[in-house]
Amino acid sequence: MSRPGSRLYKKGVNQNEDPGAHMFTGTTHTAATASPETRLLFTLEKDAQDRKVHLTGKEYYSEEGKTFELHLTGKIKQQLSADPTLRPEYLSSLGLTKFTQRATEVALGKRSQAILENRVLGVHTPGFTAAMRLGAELLRHWYDVNAAWCGPVYLSSPCDDSLAGIFQAAGIQDIREYYYWDDKQRDICLDKLLEDLETAPEQSVVVLAASAHCPTGADLSQNQWAVITQLILRRRLFPFLMLPAQALCYGDLERDAWPVQLCASNGIELLCAQSFSHCFGLYGEAVGHLLCVLKHNSLLLSVQSQADKIVKSLWSQPSVGGARVVATVLSNPAHLVEWQGEVKHIVERCMLIREVLRERLRLLGTPGCWDHLTQQRGLYCCMGLNGQQVEFLSKWRHVYLLPSGCLNVSAINGRNLSYVAESIHLALTTSL
Amino acid sequence: MSIFCKVPQAAPVAVFKLTQDFTKDQFPTKVNLGVGAYRTDEGQTWVLPVVKRAEKIIVSDDRLNHEYLPILGLPEFRSSVSRIALGDDSPAIQENRVGAVQCLGGTGALRIGAEFLRCFYNGNNNTKTPIYVSAPTWENHGAVFTSAGFQDIRPYKYWDAQTRGLDFVGFLSDLESCPERSIFVLHACAHNPTGTDPTQDQWKQIAQVMMRRKLFVFFDFAYQGFASGNLENDAWALRYFVSRGFELFCAQSFSKNFGLYNERVGNLTIVSRDTDNLKRVLSQMEMIVRTTWSNPPSQGARVVALTLTSPELFSEWKDNVKTMADRILLMRSQLKAKLQALGTPGTWDHITEQIGMFSFTGLNPKQVEYLVKEKHIYLMSSGRINMCGLTTKNIDYVAESIHEAVTVVQ
Repeated sequence: MSRPGSRLYKKGVNQNEDPGAHMFTGTTHTAATASPETRLLFTLEKDAQDRKVHLTGKEYYSEEGKTFELHLTGKIKQQLSADPTLRPEYLSSLGLTKFTQRATEVALGKRSQAILENRVLGVHTPGFTAAMRLGAELLRHWYDVNAAWCGPVYLSSPCDDSLAGIFQAAGIQDIREYYYWDDKQRDICLDKLLEDLETAPEQSVVVLAASAHCPTGADLSQNQWAVITQLILRRRLFPFLMLPAQALCYGDLERDAWPVQLCASNGIELLCAQSFSHCFGLYGEAVGHLLCVLKHNSLLLSVQSQADKIVKSLWSQPSVGGARVVATVLSNPAHLVEWQGEVKHIVERCMLIREVLRERLRLLGTPGCWDHLTQQRGLYCCMGLNGQQVEFLSKWRHVYLLPSGCLNVSAINGRNLSYVAESIHLALTTSL
Repeated sequence: MSIFCKVPQAAPVAVFKLTQDFTKDQFPTKVNLGVGAYRTDEGQTWVLPVVKRAEKIIVSDDRLNHEYLPILGLPEFRSSVSRIALGDDSPAIQENRVGAVQCLGGTGALRIGAEFLRCFYNGNNNTKTPIYVSAPTWENHGAVFTSAGFQDIRPYKYWDAQTRGLDFVGFLSDLESCPERSIFVLHACAHNPTGTDPTQDQWKQIAQVMMRRKLFVFFDFAYQGFASGNLENDAWALRYFVSRGFELFCAQSFSKNFGLYNERVGNLTIVSRDTDNLKRVLSQMEMIVRTTWSNPPSQGARVVALTLTSPELFSEWKDNVKTMADRILLMRSQLKAKLQALGTPGTWDHITEQIGMFSFTGLNPKQVEYLVKEKHIYLMSSGRINMCGLTTKNIDYVAESIHEAVTVVQ
């Protein structure tokens, strides 16, 4: 694991030898250096083994091993497609108002002081990455205009491998890490985390997962959040919170957003990126949202106008289809009940798989403690395997984990559970 | 203290302010000639019948894969839209040197292309490469390239206010005098906002100079089918450049010709020298997309892909597009006829010579102000009108008002 607190990420632009030749293809730039994840996917695709099990996907998989949309989502889509009042017109660049209103409410709570005081900006974005990018651009251009702020931004170790690139693409090169997952403890190491944040320069941006941390699945407890928010206040840090799979931990949108509400109630200015893909089965339908909680409502219009300007040069406006579904469900109590039922099923299945996997490993006598599997929640969990062991799994057992040793629990099912458990056992007991 | 306390209010975008003012106006016969979307003769937005059909098929399809699309987009979409732009028989496609990136609308395609060029064109990160956009051009072009990091956005001569036509001599002279390897944003057809396109002969000359001076061609192609009513005609300039051996980018939008404004259906078509170069370019495009929106939205792309690849739907789509284009052509000829009948001073041939959604009327800002304030007819201060705002019911009022404005205000 790389040393936290250090500047790690260099911009991945290839150094080209010949700038003056014909067009861009006359130059001799090489293909993009694939990230470890991309290389992994490439290997996965080439693996013709029937027994191959890929536990690296980003979506929730059913017991049948397929992604699916919620039954309710399908119904609403049918309804919407027959709705004559929906007109083909450009949206505002900030997106569908009904959607941003609901998305803001489920992050902050309907009775949030910040909402009542009209100091919250909500921007509908084409997905979670887009929300992160918009937030990064906003910070890059407008974080303390006088100070010509340009970072640093702190990311957890490990984190989703696209995060650093997003901030860099927005022009922030100074990306650092803070200690998060501890392989030995198989949990978050709060002490080291606090140590790293304590030494972060004032005005640093800290990217924190409000829930469903990717890729480890290890989330901070309420007590830990209380300590962290105090640190944030004291060290004048700026939190950029993430809710990439809102509702997937407890089946409750607001519960997953609890840390956002804690920060807001402490008067902390923050950004929060949300996605509704997972809990609605709306993958690839661009249901992202960027929330910005400001200190004063007098700032709302200016920040909004600048967000608008940034959006216009990136994608102009977001796409409406998925957002309409989410807005429809969240605005209707009867739909909400139905939705809750379906999400509960997803959440319970993930919990069940964790329990069963833990039990299986225990029965096999697999070395190590596996309690964290059931103490943590959501789609991902970290198996604490090192690089060699992960490679062993893919090469010899055709079981694919993320390079960090984390996996998507929903991809485990009745058909592959034994094989996966055995494989993990082998990886940990075979001397490599 | 808020970290945002020194953030200034950004200037509002003119065309949206215009729509706002129009909405607030209580005048019974007000007319909005600043709209950005197609309108029927009843002044309504129009869901293309073929789109309704395609959407029904998609929403009832049980086998549909509910996964994130690949980063570069829906494969069937990418291949079919590049094909529709370049032609089925395009040698470039047959030689496997055409690639595509599904993007969030035409804007997204321009942005991804711009980011790539900033990183890899004319050396690495050469943000000083001049970007030439037509004078005038779509108001967002400059912003997209600036945001992508380019520092030098320049106009190339285009609209001649005196002749109400193309300043071809000026255009060519800018092509001759600009720095080599400059990037030019060309409107493939239905120039926005002037509606004035080069003739085929003029395009040939433009291509010649651009090839000789090693200028980069970046087409903005938002109106295929919508301009003349014919897909091939509207693609002529793009296809000509490809046939001359240019490597180029083409940002396509399906907002207007599919009426999919709010589904953000766009594509960046890449024509490269050979397959190997194309592969490397696409790999870099993937990196750029990964940090922008990661996976594009699927809905609109599925509609377009299904339509373009099903013969029956494709045929219906061409009809739908022709319907829209024909209505615009009708409004153009009627407006010109009425202005001439009224004896409105000046020549009005440009109304029918121009093509596409927009027309540069040639009205000056004072005359425009008169129209807005006195006649409650809303148009851009540049004199640009959206022909879609005209209907058989309001065209007389508009023609008379223009006549008044031109005679009363100098």
